[in-house]
Amino acid sequence: MADKRMTVDDIVGELSSGMTIGIGGWGSRRKPMAVVRAICRSGLTDLTVVAYGGPDVGLLCASGKVRKVVCGFVTLDSIALDPHWRAARQHGKVEVMEVDEGMFFLGLQAASWRVPFLPTRAGLGSDVLSINPGLRLVRSPYGADSPYVGDPADADVELVAMPALRLDAAIVHTNRADTAGNGQILSPDAFFDPLFLGAAERRFMTTERIVENGTLAGEAHPLATVALHRMLTDGVAETPGGAHFTANPPDYGRDEAFQKEYAVAAGDPAEWEAFAGRYVLVDEAEYQARVEERDPR
Amino acid sequence: MSAPGSGPDVSRAESCVVACADAWRGAGEIMASPFGTIPSLGARLAKLTFAPDLVLTDGEAALMVGAPPIATRPAELVREAAMPYRSVFDVVWSGRRHIMMMASQIDRTGNQNISAIGPHAHPKVQLVGVRGAPGNSVNHPTSYWVPDHSVRTFVEQVDVVSGVGYARAAAAGPGATRFHDVRRVVSNLGVFDFETPGHTMRLRSFHPGVTVDEIVAATGFTLAVPDHVAETRLPTPEELDLVRVVLDPGSQRDREVRS
Repeated sequence: MADKRMTVDDIVGELSSGMTIGIGGWGSRRKPMAVVRAICRSGLTDLTVVAYGGPDVGLLCASGKVRKVVCGFVTLDSIALDPHWRAARQHGKVEVMEVDEGMFFLGLQAASWRVPFLPTRAGLGSDVLSINPGLRLVRSPYGADSPYVGDPADADVELVAMPALRLDAAIVHTNRADTAGNGQILSPDAFFDPLFLGAAERRFMTTERIVENGTLAGEAHPLATVALHRMLTDGVAETPGGAHFTANPPDYGRDEAFQKEYAVAAGDPAEWEAFAGRYVLVDEAEYQARVEERDPR
Repeated sequence: MSAPGSGPDVSRAESCVVACADAWRGAGEIMASPFGTIPSLGARLAKLTFAPDLVLTDGEAALMVGAPPIATRPAELVREAAMPYRSVFDVVWSGRRHIMMMASQIDRTGNQNISAIGPHAHPKVQLVGVRGAPGNSVNHPTSYWVPDHSVRTFVEQVDVVSGVGYARAAAAGPGATRFHDVRRVVSNLGVFDFETPGHTMRLRSFHPGVTVDEIVAATGFTLAVPDHVAETRLPTPEELDLVRVVLDPGSQRDREVRS
């Protein structure tokens, strides 16, 4: 069986400018931040980022890596808005495909299932359709005389055809993984990580700790926690603290003080430069050392 | 501060809590999804009194037992079932939910905006994003909570339609109208609904201490005002006790709406 271990830098080496990259997690929760930081200090540019957006989106925008964002929201959870994202939008520095968060889910699902679209009511009547003029409706082929129509309102009904959100690459972060690329999530929500991986051409996982194949589940953790199987991954990198400063329970919670400092730094170019110099443009070992220094554990 | 007949000591925030709770009256066994402190108190109050079958989430990935105080630490919550985000969409699209979202703007026919102020292509102010508002509003009962009622929040036409109002749903056809139900708007000044022939916003009740003129002046469009409008009902002594002693002894409610 293939050993899929690689490094964060190996993962970033597999990416190229102009790619569409899906980032797992949700808001400021279980984001693969070590890879996000590595992208920020790489030469990559012109990326399309597809995410349930949190500081991954803000950090990449602030670092000038992003051409376009596909999202339903960008939030830091405990801070409602990411000021870096807000600044990028208000200064016209990024394009956005903003859709309902359920449409977003269906877009990943469609890509994962290799169908061009999935139908939904979500989006009908809203400005999601006018701000994304490429989105189309689809008419149900089942008319009033069809035995498959339960309610007359559904005969020939027009729904939104949410297009597949195909990704060149996807990156997710887990609590544990094994050498074969199975991933374990020890918090109660896998979010949409299986679909990000399923929708992508090249699929990468970072994790707090890599263990031997077959040892993820046991008395402490039921098999259901191994929510990501190895057919969904091409490479796995061990990077302890790799989701910092987002929440990654039970390994660690969100670093609220750090997140606040990140948010405040958006208010002033000099402050941002200082923050980026200290926490973004340094390698991961240095980053973790500086985090440790702030808040010795 | 209290107006004649309002009871000596019911705060504005407490009136708002009761108005929010009443939105879930008769809801049955569905998920109540409140956003904001006062709607959260309202949903819990409803569950503890007249809507015992309501289903509440822990704000993360589970359904929680009972209706604990809003300051309860996550570790102390008792959970009854898993509800990861992917399953939430099963609930949303099955219709077994009544959400109360916030609105940066809301308009006469019930469109809500949480996406951007100004044109979406060049926003003057970027907000959080449409989130689940488009899908929520055409799939299950949807209400709104606006803690800062003014001509800037109650506008003739919202800048980016996130949650879908009545006219937009009708124009989009049966796919949008079949389950569309914008039920209530609760603000710091009063309670509103869309129970008019043209489904335009109507004043349903004014909170104790507020006048109809004040509400009309703070609304940026022509509000339907019936000849006889009642005051928002006062909390019962039991409800007041639940809010003050059980659910919110730290008075977080007063930080969202001042008296």
